[in-house]
Parts: sequence; structure tokens; C-alpha cells
Amino acid sequence: MTDANTIGSPLLSVRDLQVTFGTREGDVRAVQGVSFDVRAGETVGIVGESGSGKSVTANSLMRLNFGADVKITGQVLLEGRDILAMSEEEVRSIRGRDVAMIFQDPLTALNPFYTVGSQIAEAYEIHHPGTPKKQLREIALDSLAKVGIPEPKKRIDQYPHEFSGGMRQRIVIAIALVNSPKLLIADEPTTALDVTVQAQILELIAAMQSEHGSAVILITHDLGVVAEITRRVMVMYAGKVVESASVDDVFATPTHPYTVGLLRSVKSLETQRHSRLEAIPGTPPSLINLPKGCPFHPRCAHAASLGGRCNADEPALQQIGRSETRCHLDAQTLARLGEVRA
Amino acid sequence: MTADLILEARQLRKYFPTGASKMLQRPTDVVQAVDDVSFGLRRGSTLAVVGESGCGKSTLGRLLARLIEPTAGTVILDGVDVTAARPKELLALRREIQVVFQDPYACLNPRHSIGQSIGTPIRIQGTMNKTDEKARVRELMALVGLNPEHYNRFPHEFSGGQRQRAGIARALALQPKVIVADEPVSALDVSIQSQILNLMESLQQDFGLSYVFIAHDLAVVRHIADEVAVMYLGKIVETGDTNTVYGSPRHPYTRALLSAVPEPDPKASSRRQRIVLQGDVPSPVNPPSGCRFRTRCPKAQDLCAQVEPPLVDHSGGHLVACHFPD
Repeated sequence: MTDANTIGSPLLSVRDLQVTFGTREGDVRAVQGVSFDVRAGETVGIVGESGSGKSVTANSLMRLNFGADVKITGQVLLEGRDILAMSEEEVRSIRGRDVAMIFQDPLTALNPFYTVGSQIAEAYEIHHPGTPKKQLREIALDSLAKVGIPEPKKRIDQYPHEFSGGMRQRIVIAIALVNSPKLLIADEPTTALDVTVQAQILELIAAMQSEHGSAVILITHDLGVVAEITRRVMVMYAGKVVESASVDDVFATPTHPYTVGLLRSVKSLETQRHSRLEAIPGTPPSLINLPKGCPFHPRCAHAASLGGRCNADEPALQQIGRSETRCHLDAQTLARLGEVRA
Repeated sequence: MTADLILEARQLRKYFPTGASKMLQRPTDVVQAVDDVSFGLRRGSTLAVVGESGCGKSTLGRLLARLIEPTAGTVILDGVDVTAARPKELLALRREIQVVFQDPYACLNPRHSIGQSIGTPIRIQGTMNKTDEKARVRELMALVGLNPEHYNRFPHEFSGGQRQRAGIARALALQPKVIVADEPVSALDVSIQSQILNLMESLQQDFGLSYVFIAHDLAVVRHIADEVAVMYLGKIVETGDTNTVYGSPRHPYTRALLSAVPEPDPKASSRRQRIVLQGDVPSPVNPPSGCRFRTRCPKAQDLCAQVEPPLVDHSGGHLVACHFPD
């Protein structure tokens, strides 16, 4: 697209996304006012612990939050068009063609009753109806070879259960990329895999991205994975983005107390044996009964120093150097938070 | 070995029969889940068993606590042969060795209060009356950082980290000497993982516990273990002091495994050279001849297909099973 409206504007623009699930116990406010942009070809990481709203955010981008009691508000603009305002038919024409998704568990993402070849072909045919059978098979073979499946001619007619976990994730990636999507959403794509296989898959995603020029949103709980392949990262906590910065800045000078705590809790191969690990006290809040003010304040060591502000008002995003941070602490203190880390 | 060993495994094997071929009257295939594994755990220390899924690390853990019967080999716990223990002796044995499992939700009875669950081992042993048991459970809850007031709450009212604390409290109930912890933190969020690891370390110091720590997360193991054993397809391929194995790994599999760990530091990860292994772990039903790692090994030669490399001591307790160690 090169019309005047889209030049220089981001590929994806999310504005004030809110997702609420109605349950018997009360409303679960899974995502509360998330806004971000993704430019064409960019890799963005969304990190957070369980319940932080990272997967719900990802699913909303393709409108995959099902259920009677889901309320979604805000805008998800893909090249200027709001996915949340589209008809179901329009969304279907985008899913798998412009935006594709890779899920955590490749076995549940594949249909056990169809050969992997037919599943790749189906993903292509839906958006290219009338493609001759022979050509579809060629495309499927080509896709399998590209994602590194050995002997694609033999493997194309096999079923998902005949593949290992890593191979299945390669097939899911082949399906996701068969239409060369502009945006690829990978939700914990390597969490179910062993580390040696994880390394293979991360390498494949990076290679495929440079070949197709797709933008990638990588959702993960693993800061190591984020450090490996993304350029920009958003840290989510209790349904909000609490910090947004380049990968280098997040790791070198984290500015939000939660990010600092998270980085300190991460165990690296270079940590010393038996050194006492830094831990964030307490547990993440319930999304039904969110604490007033900043959702992190019950676990935050700085909350006491601010004389009750943290449990009264919700902090706004502050610009600290090149990072954006949602915290009440003053800019000077926040800029120095990371120094204490070393 | 002259070291003071609390737990020792000698040539442990566990083969699981597999397949429905009984009907066809064929000899059944066997999965060689654990094949000829020997090691010793020093009193008061932590030995980590690491490896990828299917390498046999959990089976090994179960064998050590005799939750399953070995096909061959022996386990010696503080001088007593665990594998020869009769059912009555097993009850006494359970006072010495306890297990902490990966999924703290699955291992707590959802219909029992957390206090009841923690007190179960005491009731089975029949060593205390009800009042003493309750007092002991409250003491245990406080010890692992749970509020003793929550005695009557049910597992679903607790978070994952709190449930794992309950699992640890239950394992401690009988004051065991050894705890086998099978992936105790892998189901938890990172910020909670550190809490549990810190707890395990302080309990070890306070009670002189010895741990067998089974895990796939090499960064966690680096932190908690004194010694580490790396398993691949049912066998130990490298073992030794944690600093030595991490600092100068000599088995090609250990090297690849360590290089595959994503570093939570963009500078470190761009610095590092990564060895990406080709292919997948072969089936343990038909492991490759010779060295089991040879099908994925960048250094494999003809010899590797013919002769299985023995676990050889290279320097002061650093054992490597490779024909061409680095």
C-alpha cells in the first residue's frame, strides 16, 4: 500500500484497548487501556507473567477472544482500518492473510485428522480460491522445505502425531507464513519446546521474518527469548503496559520498579551459585479485585516513600530518557532505578 | 568414593514395556528410560539432574524415592538398600526421603484443606495425635511462609507459588534427610520462582537437607546445585561440580545445551556463539548404536556408531561420556 494515508504511519496501531470478561465472580479486567504501534518489518516483544494480559492482547488483534461475556473496546488499526469495527466476514479475510498467529502448543493448533500438507494448502486456498490442486501441493511442499522439514515429499502426507514437538511448531509456522502476512503474532512459540529445539525455532522465526519482511509481535514470559530476537519490548503487569522501551534500554536501564524486580529475579547462566536470589514479594493481584491506584503498589518497595499516592491514583506514562514508564516516582529516581541493579 | 554420601544410585535401569504387541505374541518393545545410571549425593548438598524432555530425569527421581520399581540396579539411602526394602520397611523409608512435584495443583487433593494435605504423611505414619499433628502442620506452614491461619482453606484458594510452598511443607512433615524435587519451579512465574528457590536454600541450611533437583532450566540449576548430572536418552553424559561443568563443559551435548539457553541480556546474547543442534532427540525405544548422541553430534565419527563411550573421570570428579571430549 502506498496511498497517502499510510506512508510513514505504522502497520498496526492499537489505541486504548480494553478487554473485560464477565464471570460469576465478577468482571475480569484482563486488558486495561493498552496502546502501542508496530511498524512494518519490526519485531516487538510483549513480556509479562501469567495473568498480565499479554495473550488476551494478542488474541484481540485478530479478534480471537470468544465467549458471550467478552467486552472489547478501543481500536486495533491495521493499516488504518479498525479490526474491532469490522464485520466477521472482513475479519476472516484478514486472518491468515494479513495477520497470522503461532500458538504455544503446536499439537492443539493442528487438526489431527488432516495431513500436514492439506492443512498448509487449506491456509493458502482460503485466501486464493480456485488455485489448482497441483499448485497447492507445490506450495505446501515448498513451505515445508522452507521451514526445514527434512524429506518434505514424504512428510507432506503424514499426520501431526507423526511429528515431534519442534517439527510440529515448524509446520504451524509454515501455515502462518504461507500467505506472507504483514504481521505475525507469536504467542509463547517456544515455551512448550526443549531449549535446543527452542534455539532452532527462534532462528527459524528470525530467518523467515527477514525473508518475508513481516512484522512480528512476540509474546513471552521469558526475558531471555525477548533479548534474543526483539528490538523493542513492552512489559505488562495486571492488564497494563508498565514500561515500553528498546530491548537494550530495558535490560541496561530498566525504569519501572516491576521491570527492575523482574530482571533481578531472572536467573542467568552467569549468576553465582547459592547467591540469594532477588524476588518480588507477594503475588500478582486478582484481575477481579484490582488494588486501587497502581496495580503494582502492594508489591512495590517504593510505594511507602510516596505517602499514599500509589494506592490512590493511577500513574500516567512518563517519558524517562528513551523509555516510557507508568510510575509515580519522579523522573530522576526512575532514571537511576536501573543503576541499583548491577 | 570416600565422600560422605547420603544417597547413591548404582547401575540403575528402568525399562518400560511399550506397544500392544502382546496380542501378536511378539516380544514387546521397551523404552529404556533410565539405562545404567550411577551417582552419589553428598550429605547436605544439592545434585541437579538436567536434560530435555524424555531424557529419563523424572523416571530417575521416581526410582530414587522408590515410587516405581527399578528393572535393575540399587539405590542406597544412608547405608540402607532402598531397592530391597519390603513394604513394611518402605513406610519407615518414607520418613527419610520425600518428593516435591512439578504441578502443585495436581499433587494436592482439591477436596482436602491445605492443612489436611500437609498433615497426610504424619497421619500415614501414625506417630502423632490429632492435636499434635495440627500444631505441627501450623509450624510447617509458618516455616514455608504460609499463614497458619489458612489451615482450613482449600488448594484453589491459593496461588501457584503458595501451593508449591504447601507441597514443600508436606515433604518436610516427616523431617526427611533427602528431598527429590522434580521440576519444583518450572510451573511458576519468574518472580515467584526466586521466592521458592530461596526458601529451598534456607531450608537446606536450617535442616541439613540433601536435594536431588530435577530440572530442565539450566539457569535455575546453575544457581542451586553443587553438582550437576546431564542426562541424554536415559544416560548420564557428563557430571561434576556445577562450576566446572558450566565453566568448561566437555561433552558436545552439554556444550550445545548451555549455548542454547537464551541469555536475558542482549549484549551477552550477541557476544555468545550458539551451537544449534540439528534434528530431534531419537526415540528411546530404538536408541542409536554406540553413543546415543551421535545422530545429532557435530563431532561424530565412525567410532561413535560402534562403541558406546564410557563415563570417564577426566579430572577430579568431572566425568564425561564421549570419545572426543572438548
